[in-house]
Amino acid sequence: MSTATTKDHPHLAAEFNRDEPRVNWHDETLWWVRAKRDIAAHKLPEWELLRETASQIKFNVLSNLSTYLEQFEANATKNGIIVHWAADATEHNQIVHGLLEQKGITKMVKSKSMLTEECHLNEYLKEQGIDVIDSDLGERIVQLANEPPSHIVLPCIHKKKEEIGDIFHEHLGSAKGESDPKILTETARQHLREVFLTRRAALTGVNFAVAETGEFVICTNEGNADMGAHLAEIHIASMGIEKLIPERKHLGVFLRLLTRSATGQPITTYSSHFSKPQEGTEIHIVIVDNGRSIQLGREEFRNSLKCIRCGACMNTCPVYRKSGGHSYHTAVAGPIGSILAPNLDMKKYADLPFASTLCGSCSNVCPVKIDIHDQLYKWRQVIVKEGYSPKAKTMAMKAMALTLASPTLYRMGGKTGRLVFKYVPFAVNNKLNPWYNQREMPKAPDESFGEWYAKRKGAKNS
Amino acid sequence: MSREKILAAVKFNQPAAMPLPDMEVLNKLTDVRTDLVSKYKAIATAGGSFVYEVSGFDEIKTIINNEFKAGVKIISALNELSDYIYAETVKHEDGHTFADVELTVLRTQLGVAENGALWLTEKDMGSRVLPFIAQHLAVVISKDDFVPTMAQAYQTIGDADYGYGSFISGPSKTADIEQSLVIGAHGPRSLSVFILS
Amino acid sequence: MRVALFVPCYVDQFYPKAAIATLELLEKLGCEVHYPKNQTCCGQPMANSGYEHLTGGCNNLFVDNFSGYDYVVCPSGSCTLHIKEHLHADGKEDQATEIRKKVYELTEFLVDILRVKQLSASFPYKVGLHHSCHGLRGLRIAQMSELVAEPFSKPAQLLDLVNGLELVPLSRQDDCCGFGGTFCVVEEAVSAKMGKDRVADHISHGAQYITSADLSCLMHLEGILRRQNSDVKVIHVAEILNNSL
Repeated sequence: MSTATTKDHPHLAAEFNRDEPRVNWHDETLWWVRAKRDIAAHKLPEWELLRETASQIKFNVLSNLSTYLEQFEANATKNGIIVHWAADATEHNQIVHGLLEQKGITKMVKSKSMLTEECHLNEYLKEQGIDVIDSDLGERIVQLANEPPSHIVLPCIHKKKEEIGDIFHEHLGSAKGESDPKILTETARQHLREVFLTRRAALTGVNFAVAETGEFVICTNEGNADMGAHLAEIHIASMGIEKLIPERKHLGVFLRLLTRSATGQPITTYSSHFSKPQEGTEIHIVIVDNGRSIQLGREEFRNSLKCIRCGACMNTCPVYRKSGGHSYHTAVAGPIGSILAPNLDMKKYADLPFASTLCGSCSNVCPVKIDIHDQLYKWRQVIVKEGYSPKAKTMAMKAMALTLASPTLYRMGGKTGRLVFKYVPFAVNNKLNPWYNQREMPKAPDESFGEWYAKRKGAKNS
Repeated sequence: MSREKILAAVKFNQPAAMPLPDMEVLNKLTDVRTDLVSKYKAIATAGGSFVYEVSGFDEIKTIINNEFKAGVKIISALNELSDYIYAETVKHEDGHTFADVELTVLRTQLGVAENGALWLTEKDMGSRVLPFIAQHLAVVISKDDFVPTMAQAYQTIGDADYGYGSFISGPSKTADIEQSLVIGAHGPRSLSVFILS
Repeated sequence: MRVALFVPCYVDQFYPKAAIATLELLEKLGCEVHYPKNQTCCGQPMANSGYEHLTGGCNNLFVDNFSGYDYVVCPSGSCTLHIKEHLHADGKEDQATEIRKKVYELTEFLVDILRVKQLSASFPYKVGLHHSCHGLRGLRIAQMSELVAEPFSKPAQLLDLVNGLELVPLSRQDDCCGFGGTFCVVEEAVSAKMGKDRVADHISHGAQYITSADLSCLMHLEGILRRQNSDVKVIHVAEILNNSL
């Protein structure tokens, strides 16, 4: 799994765990968000029916996606929106750059879009001489820190306020040592207000696109997407092909689930529906595939495309909480990221489906009922079969399979010091064994159950 | 062309058609129309909105006059509140000049009890940026204009034709710094809701 | 009622007392318990590591050992779930299907099939109940905290029948312990941290024992407790239910 060039999840997670108080802080912060989600969900007796309905709508979307895409394009076009199609990240980035170039725009404001993270748009535009400023507070913070977001909803959840204070002091001129979230937010407000008022182009993501009406919906708490879009001459909205929903009324299902699942709020502060451009301005939509149509063809993994990017699976995931978003070395971290990323690059992300205990909490908080943990299991099988598993592991597994398939070999192993378990790593009584770093080995009893049973009077040996 | 390539790949890879679910059960389950104003009030207040139940526009004026200094720039989309700049007279092309607007006052016909959201379309706003760029936002709604959940909200909206519309449920906020809730991110620092009896 | 006892490999090798307690408990409750002696392992260690294709031998052996009983009962939620979800055998698929339907984790067998309403067990200690994820979210032997649904817990229901036993509340009732099969060594740092945090939750609520329907979790938690020189012990739920019966 590990390659010489990229550090894999176990290594990055181990680095994260060197600072245990920080791990505790990270874990507790995210658990708190999970707890808020629980409270919000429990206020709706119909919650599980709502999830099931959302899931069914999304299944319908995936099964009619080509029709809905065409329908959306036709209706959006009728509304005066200009629709573009991008097969991959490069084409997406080129389309965005082309639109800016046409208008002679060199500065753009951008609200949250995980798709642009996936496409590495900021880096691309920077190379083309375009200055991009992220306007979501969390995204602005990680942008100034020159880091990627570590969470799709809470981009700088890994940063402490004192660190943010230092970043703001360096880049935005806040007082040295200032770490009050209120004061830091006000600093960003003043800084970004100036940005909103001076940028001619705004790029946003898309939460939902409605095939029936050609409109799209963007949800924020800060109002940054609206501030950017309404003050710009040109609004570019980037969306993956899976963002479609059939009809406007279905928003009533998804908007009830999205924010309750994400942060425990009943709805975001702003749920803005863009249907037509404001007079004298333009709206462009870039519809991006970038591997999604391939994932759609993978029967076992296609329903990962139901995802509405609420981040609930991350907040509940004990591995995410205790390893941090950056340990996933991909734009979308956590459980959902671990089933999406191998589709894009199986070799590079071969470690991610193994960064889970398969505890299944993710699948059960998921508002659209994606069987995330089952897909993690299935990805493991695919990754091994495709040869992206370490050779030593394969050898050990083969030996173990042989032993466990033979009662004789199994019993022999047991009698000679429970040797059968030399293939089960946790049982190797050796200080080089990772099990032993922080845990004792189980004590071997005098006899196994099988041995005890054989001596038992009246044993019903079968 | 990527368009054709993408559509062909999607068409080839998408599974056999699956039906849309019946939404009736959900819609009926949630259609409980008791105490909508008090439910709204509780949720909106928890979300950081200031909710006032008022008997008429004079009362609204009094509250605004108490809360805002004389002479600050206020834009109103209500005929009944004519002391202020009338939203219909402002042009969205002038959006950038709204940077000094202290208060925007708008009228809505739809509020949602379950989440404190108020539905505002471009027509209600005058200019799209007004409810966002103002330092403060106030929205007037009649007590009879509340629905229980988003399911009924979209039934009410139906197939209305709007260029732009937004559900606004409170003041602009963020919790991006250590999950500490801070009111007043990029948009209004407060949302006042006036419920007309 | 002919019940085949399925003792997972690591229980057989490291925790025979839990298997003995399971056997004795089932017998005292009137079951005719058989122990197919050629059993080894359910194949989960390979499958969860991505090598399900290597489990054919294990599966065949399992089908040979466990066909023809009224029930197959196992003192491990995780291994039970693996059989329920993944047991298939070429040429013996009917038998495999039959076993998948008849395999039960011990506490669900006691509650759902034997309908145990009383026990004369006693265990005068403060006990923390650790729900294994596979038992909880896989087999649904208790209600998970993620769902908006009626709470229940089959192991807790049984533990409530034990004299003197006091179940302690937990801050996080069903957070994963971090064992996860080979995860425990591949992701050692996270695994150990998860285990330490679970242990701390139980200890801070005064638990003297941590119990579970899954020994794999307990083995991991025990490893941490012993490293910390803690007085808190782990014990399989069968050993409690069988105590002084």
